[in-house]
Amino acid sequence: MSKVVLDVRELTTKYITRFQENVYAVDHVSLKVEEGKSLGIAGESGCGKSTLALSLMGYYFPPLHYTSGEIIIDGRNITGMNPDDIRRTILGTEIAYIPQAAMNALNPTQKVINFIEDVIQAHGPYKTKKEIYEFAKGAFETLGLPAEALQKYPVELSGGMKQRTVIAVSVILFPQVLIADEPSSALDVTSQKMVIRMLKNLMEDRFIKSMIFITHELPLLYNVTDDIMVMYAGQIVEKATAKEAVFDPLHPYSKGLMGSIIVPESGLRDVKLAAIPGVPPNLKNPPSGCRFAERCKFVQPECTANPVALREIGGGRSYRCILSEDELRETYAKEAYQNAR
Amino acid sequence: MPDEKKVILSTSGLTKVFGLGAQKTLAVDHVNLTLYEGEVVSIVGESGSGKTTLAKILLGLINPTEGEVYFQGKKRDISTQKKRQEYWKNIQAIFQDPYSSYNIFNKIDAVLLDCIRMRGGGKLPQAKKVEMMAEACSFVNLKFEELTNKYPFELSGGQMQRLMIARIFLLKPKILFADEPTSMIDACSRATILDMLMQLRKEIGMTVIFITHDIGLAYYVSDSVYIMERGKFVESGSADEVILHPKEPYTQRLLSDVPKIYEEWDLSTVTYSS
Repeated sequence: MSKVVLDVRELTTKYITRFQENVYAVDHVSLKVEEGKSLGIAGESGCGKSTLALSLMGYYFPPLHYTSGEIIIDGRNITGMNPDDIRRTILGTEIAYIPQAAMNALNPTQKVINFIEDVIQAHGPYKTKKEIYEFAKGAFETLGLPAEALQKYPVELSGGMKQRTVIAVSVILFPQVLIADEPSSALDVTSQKMVIRMLKNLMEDRFIKSMIFITHELPLLYNVTDDIMVMYAGQIVEKATAKEAVFDPLHPYSKGLMGSIIVPESGLRDVKLAAIPGVPPNLKNPPSGCRFAERCKFVQPECTANPVALREIGGGRSYRCILSEDELRETYAKEAYQNAR
Repeated sequence: MPDEKKVILSTSGLTKVFGLGAQKTLAVDHVNLTLYEGEVVSIVGESGSGKTTLAKILLGLINPTEGEVYFQGKKRDISTQKKRQEYWKNIQAIFQDPYSSYNIFNKIDAVLLDCIRMRGGGKLPQAKKVEMMAEACSFVNLKFEELTNKYPFELSGGQMQRLMIARIFLLKPKILFADEPTSMIDACSRATILDMLMQLRKEIGMTVIFITHDIGLAYYVSDSVYIMERGKFVESGSADEVILHPKEPYTQRLLSDVPKIYEEWDLSTVTYSS
């Protein structure tokens, strides 16, 4: 087993609304990312994927608050650290984050190189402009970006180019973990592929040691990451390898998600897309039992009684359902048989 | 599809030029398009390929620089507001961004009442109107009682998009343009929206034109597919032909850029151009 780069134990964070209500958007989430591995997080809008990404950095600002749990990066526990220390010593060098609309992160009045100067002077080893320029140029060339982009203003770059520039800037200090939150959803397919190739190369080029990739597009996740974690209403409902998660999902919610995949491949037109009816629960007062019970096709009376624990079934796989592995597979097989008739 | 196909909308040499002189861009370049009744068509292209401009011309929102649009065999006339509104009874659209598709000062009842009025139901008794609105809402799995006295922005994105479909349900147009109807909502709601659109199409027998960059979606819903590049159709044909056996290099490249599940997704072909 290789070294664990990021170890998160039972992390819980909440939003406090202006009416002083607590919304637990990340609820007892545990995850481990090993060196050289990438983890994908899937789930529909509002399930807490982006909040998890923010929480993982250990850098909280209202309305997001830390409640409990531990974050250990490379053997170093960063929970309870002073936010200023986290900003200076953790962000950028240990954990880097690419936000959803990363292309808007560039300052339109500054050249790209000025932006990089700011980043490196705040965290990094180089101080003079010349050193920084040489360093940035080297990094850009390794990443397949033209060095001329450094001297340009953001408006002079295309959307995909901006996105790749922001990715290059966020990994320029060789962070241990890169968190990419929907890095390609605003781009068209060609630019998306360039961004994905770049992200995959980052690990080979030793810029980062591991990656967390967040998106709701499952075909993308399947092609990019080694493991997939499915989130629902702030909780993990399934953790598995990418292959298992797509071809053999266990939790009824993951099953529903996988049923909504659209890819341009033969056979797709014969399949009827399975939409999940209903809406996710309100996290201000989540249901006490299984949070998915309301929308689940296979709901039973016991589902709503008590909270359902995450079941470990070996091979790093786990899921949150009262039914056993075999019972679930049998249920799905029966359903498929009935649909075929 | 019936054997006798009736042409509902066609264009000849449709062109739209933006800018002047050196800045001149041919957004839509001599497009000839023929749409048949009850057909589902997808226009696929990357950003900037001119697909939305084409849709706007066909909708009558902007005027073409050159070329003509024929609706039901006759030359389209939208020179006055009255004629334009008559045209819009037959041709409607759902846009990408549900958040900016509504008048924020109109409550949901007003939105739906407007549709009834457009179909000439303005003088119907109030009870009948409510019944029609409730029917439309239940078609898209929304509860009308919960929506009255609400504003569209109080709904979620998926709900707004469903309300859009409820509007179409009331309007019963002959042609519907769906301009990236699901690109702002996530994958699970996408299936719901598509199912509703397809069911509605069956019920009122309209022609649907999907404008999208999502090839998977185009393949899933449509009878025929047009691939657009720089204002021109580079390839067209039935969905199976174009998506599974593309002939043009551009289509082949576009397809290779989409992540797949069953086939290998080859990342090594990426070139960092542009």
